[in-house]
Amino acid sequence: MRIEIKRENGFVSYEVEAHNATLLEVLNKIKQEKDNTLTYSSSCRSSVCGSCSMRVNEVEVLACAYKVQDGDKIEALKNMRVIRDLVVDMDKSYTFNAKAKAWLSELNTGASIIHEKQHINEVQSDCILCGSCYSACPVYAVNEEFLGPFALTRVWKYVSDERENGVQEKIDTIQTNGVWDCTLCDGCTVVCPQGISSKADIEKLRVKSTMAGYSDPSFAQSFGGGFGGDFGFDGSPQF
Amino acid sequence: MQSDVLIIGAGGAGLVAAIHAKKEGASVKVLTKEYPTRSQTCMAQGGMNAALSNAGEDSVEAHIANTLKSAQGEANEEAIRFMCSEAPSAVEWLDSIGVCFSRTEEGKIAQRTLGGASAARACYAQDYTGLKILHTLYDVCLKEGIEIEADKYLLSLLKDENGTVCGAEVLDIRSGDTLHYMAKAVIIASGGYSRIYGSYSTNATASTGDGIAIAQRAGAKLKDMEFVQFHPTGLKKSSILISESARGEGGYVVNSKGERFTNELAPRDVLSRAIDAEIKKGEDVFIDIRHLGEEFIDDSLPQERKLAKLYENVDPVHELIPIKPVAHYTMGGIQVDNKSQTNVSGLFACGESANHNVHGANRLGGNSLLEIVVFGKEAGVNASKFAKEQEQRVPKIEQENILESIKEYTNELDFYAQRENIAKLFYENVGIVRTKEELSLALQEIQNIKQNISKFGVSDTSRVYNTNLVEFIEFINMLDICEAVVQGALQREVSCGAHFMGE
Repeated sequence: MRIEIKRENGFVSYEVEAHNATLLEVLNKIKQEKDNTLTYSSSCRSSVCGSCSMRVNEVEVLACAYKVQDGDKIEALKNMRVIRDLVVDMDKSYTFNAKAKAWLSELNTGASIIHEKQHINEVQSDCILCGSCYSACPVYAVNEEFLGPFALTRVWKYVSDERENGVQEKIDTIQTNGVWDCTLCDGCTVVCPQGISSKADIEKLRVKSTMAGYSDPSFAQSFGGGFGGDFGFDGSPQF
Repeated sequence: MQSDVLIIGAGGAGLVAAIHAKKEGASVKVLTKEYPTRSQTCMAQGGMNAALSNAGEDSVEAHIANTLKSAQGEANEEAIRFMCSEAPSAVEWLDSIGVCFSRTEEGKIAQRTLGGASAARACYAQDYTGLKILHTLYDVCLKEGIEIEADKYLLSLLKDENGTVCGAEVLDIRSGDTLHYMAKAVIIASGGYSRIYGSYSTNATASTGDGIAIAQRAGAKLKDMEFVQFHPTGLKKSSILISESARGEGGYVVNSKGERFTNELAPRDVLSRAIDAEIKKGEDVFIDIRHLGEEFIDDSLPQERKLAKLYENVDPVHELIPIKPVAHYTMGGIQVDNKSQTNVSGLFACGESANHNVHGANRLGGNSLLEIVVFGKEAGVNASKFAKEQEQRVPKIEQENILESIKEYTNELDFYAQRENIAKLFYENVGIVRTKEELSLALQEIQNIKQNISKFGVSDTSRVYNTNLVEFIEFINMLDICEAVVQGALQREVSCGAHFMGE
């Protein structure tokens, strides 16, 4: 079969033998036997390290978990600077974990997590930071300061954890370029190799934010702005 | 670029060391040849041992006894005692930083039985234990403002005129530049060397033993390099790991006739030999977890199901999983004392790259995650203390930069093909069952390749992200490691744990 790989000067076509082979196996074969200059990242080859995220036919995949098809077009992740061939600079998206304070801020020593409760953030803590969600995110594409999917999922992981006492600080941190900037398009959910829905986590963070007294700033602007900003408890304008 | 403590490797051991060195007051920098969170630690599935008695009675003494027994007399009892005694507080610490452990009905950390253990001792997070620990450690590093630099590949250690290590020479993979990172103490935490077995290994491709080879070149002693653990249950085609938890939870090991032929919960070396012998009889070997049921498999072993489907095309809920034993963990490594210090002044080591003398001839499942947390802390604290007593020093550059040497290499021979040849040779000759003749043959072959190293080389001339170059340097490092492994094996004439001499 033939596949095309986007390299420095555009797509290059490769004839490969691949029967039920993963894309990573095929890339290894090309690099080792045909073209030593082909450049990509990989490590665990079993979908837990997040190194080999890339796009096939414009959809984000882990190369080690994708079975190659004839005619596949392989490219680097979007919304990040390509360093070379399929390797991108993910530094920027990585910094959002720190910006969003995605860690346990203050330990609640009295917390008790029973078996049922462990499921609250079980999936969120499976995140491998592969960056597929930032590549698929239309908001990040136009606003490079948007905290983005995996950082917000990580915030939800800690906010939802009984061991976290510093929930308020976390909620305060994600109001600007955070939960309200998401368009809830679900693009991140579709491409996540770990079955995480950052969109759903962002919605849950919105509920928490509302409970903490925050509201959607775009809503406040479009309505509140027009009417002088004074709405009564029941939503009727106050004069 | 300067820091009190420089750490090579951002896996579990490196990050634990970084957190504790910082806590001790040192300025810390961590370098990794990948991104942080990509390391081998994320592949640890089964669990982390601590005698908590959350799932039946257990004791620190029993943990010590099991570890000692598995080590076959080749470990240090004091070191084991320290590790096992620290285990409960190590787990408590991980719980306090937010690791999402699986829980019991009463809200305690859940525990399960792994091979060689007399009790349900392994704390786990489904079968993603290492992944969740690693990522939580990473979050703590961000919280503490610890600087971690990605795509920085260790080339050599720098020493001052007294021979004390004072930094590292590093390839910036992104720019192709050679950089010097100066430090008052250096910790090697760069992982093990199972990838000398290439595709006959469960490990990530990055586990090439770089730090061990480079420490040895700087004068550090290595210890017990011949002790390589073969995991009984790698997937037959891809060598991807099916966790010991599959057996711990009640899975059977069966042959082509569907017969069980061994004790599934025997230590890994015993089970690997039993499976190897069965395969040599012409049988195929499988792990069978069908009787555990779909609900249980999805709750406790979700990753196993996913991996078996993806890489072997079988669904373990309904089918047998084909397996073979493959290289999984390397007990050998840089020799360190009880302060995680090597014999070279200023150089410390922890994690799989180090040998803290706790695994001996065979590591118990669940003790590696424990080791990185307990001894990662020791390395971080002690390196920080050492650094406080030091002035910043000036390196004395003696040898030529390896990148300059490689430029002269002729590249007539293909190192990728040779790398796979060596992997096969080592799996067959320096593998589960060894003979003196086979070992001698392997040694000869490695020395022969080393003598001809200048006939290999790289064809990619780019300075930017040249993985061809990085993989070639890894190959050079692996040759040194291979030599040390075979030499160790030849010197040890009597079978012991994972080192088994056959007829």
